Amino acid sequence: MNQTFDWNAVRDSLPLLLQGFRVTLLATVLGTLVAAVLGLAIAVAGRAPSRWVTVPVKAVMEFVRATPLLVQLVGAAAVFTSVEPLTIGIVVLGIHYATYTSEVYRAGIDGVPKGQWEACRALSLPPRRTWQAVILPQAVRNVLPALGNYAISMFKETPFLAVITVQEMVFEARKYGTDHFAYTEVFTLAGLVFLVASYPTSLLMRKLEKRLGH
Amino acid sequence: MSDFFSTLLDEFPQVRAGLWVTVEATVLGSLLALLLSFLLGLMAGSGLLPVRGLSRIVVEFFRGTSLYIQLFWLYYAMPQLTGYELTPLLCGVVAFGLNYGAYGSEIVRGAINSVPRAQYEAAVALNMTPFHRMRKVIMPQAWVQMIPSFTNLLIQLLKCTPLLWLISAADLMTAVEHIRSRTGETLTAYLLLLAAYFVLAYALTLLMNLLERSAKRRLGLHTGAGSLLKSRTAESAATAGGAR
Repeated sequence: MNQTFDWNAVRDSLPLLLQGFRVTLLATVLGTLVAAVLGLAIAVAGRAPSRWVTVPVKAVMEFVRATPLLVQLVGAAAVFTSVEPLTIGIVVLGIHYATYTSEVYRAGIDGVPKGQWEACRALSLPPRRTWQAVILPQAVRNVLPALGNYAISMFKETPFLAVITVQEMVFEARKYGTDHFAYTEVFTLAGLVFLVASYPTSLLMRKLEKRLGH
Repeated sequence: MSDFFSTLLDEFPQVRAGLWVTVEATVLGSLLALLLSFLLGLMAGSGLLPVRGLSRIVVEFFRGTSLYIQLFWLYYAMPQLTGYELTPLLCGVVAFGLNYGAYGSEIVRGAINSVPRAQYEAAVALNMTPFHRMRKVIMPQAWVQMIPSFTNLLIQLLKCTPLLWLISAADLMTAVEHIRSRTGETLTAYLLLLAAYFVLAYALTLLMNLLERSAKRRLGLHTGAGSLLKSRTAESAATAGGAR
């Protein structure tokens, strides 16, 4: 069955896709926020002086990182049936990516010169002040471009959320495709929306990275 | 709980078949990705603008449009447009191969660029042909650099294989899902599934570490046995921001 590209389907489905795209963006932004905060917490916890903290943190992180996001999402949605799918999606995406961003923070923290730690100790700053006023401001500046790259890859993984019935762009595309038997048009369109949104962002991140001297 | 495991035993052939489909998709997908990585990565280093440009366009296209959409496009849209249908497994292999091939080409390009410039010059001074130069001088050194990043991509490819469940290939996820819906043991089923993927991921990491060791040996760099057990996901994640 050979069928030509139907431009009417493109025109009809575009508003639906853009409506879904808003949810996609929302999930990306909130998910990135969760990943950025949680990743920092993991990175700081990973430097705790006690092995009783660092070993379990590392073990859980390795496990989350080595297992598929899709299974985590579907599993979480099946276990926490009373929680809204979008919330589950944001939290699971955030936790999954936090295991990556924590490594970025770790590298950023390692990049702060040793003398800075020693100076803090010499001034007998308490640990909280050391982190807040000296280490983190320097580390975070270095990791921003890398965090941006993870935000982009999270954006490209938001279609997973359609599986747990979050009504994001791909969910809408699939629904429209099934209703009108116009998969070609909607999936091509959805792919283009991803391309148009992610390519300029990644160019921008590359520029930022160069400017910060990476 | 015991209900779950007795059903698991009953349905063991299906689970084993599902595991096989998952492994098959991972292995074939990564082989295609490897092939494309080298093809596109070497094209990106070409002196001819059209060749370089073509590689750039293909890479940006497949990196930019999301794996999920590519897989669905192959499965739902392509039969509608061309009348030619791929089996679900083949759809997965092609989509994984194209998507990860695009990411992998950046690894190849970066690794080739990181070989010291003097090595090129020495090879030129020795009057080696471009092919000979690449095969004997540049590639063995670049290859060692590529392996850790490739390990990372391989694990990510493995982690995408549950997508096959959505296009009704009978993979591991499909088999466990089936048992879950029969027994209602949601938590046990998903924890088992996660554990299975974890074991697969670590087996792959171990294999890639062995490969890295032998590649380093060939360059005369010896590494201790401890490096075999090292997980690579951590190391490359810190630097792979741009590679993803």
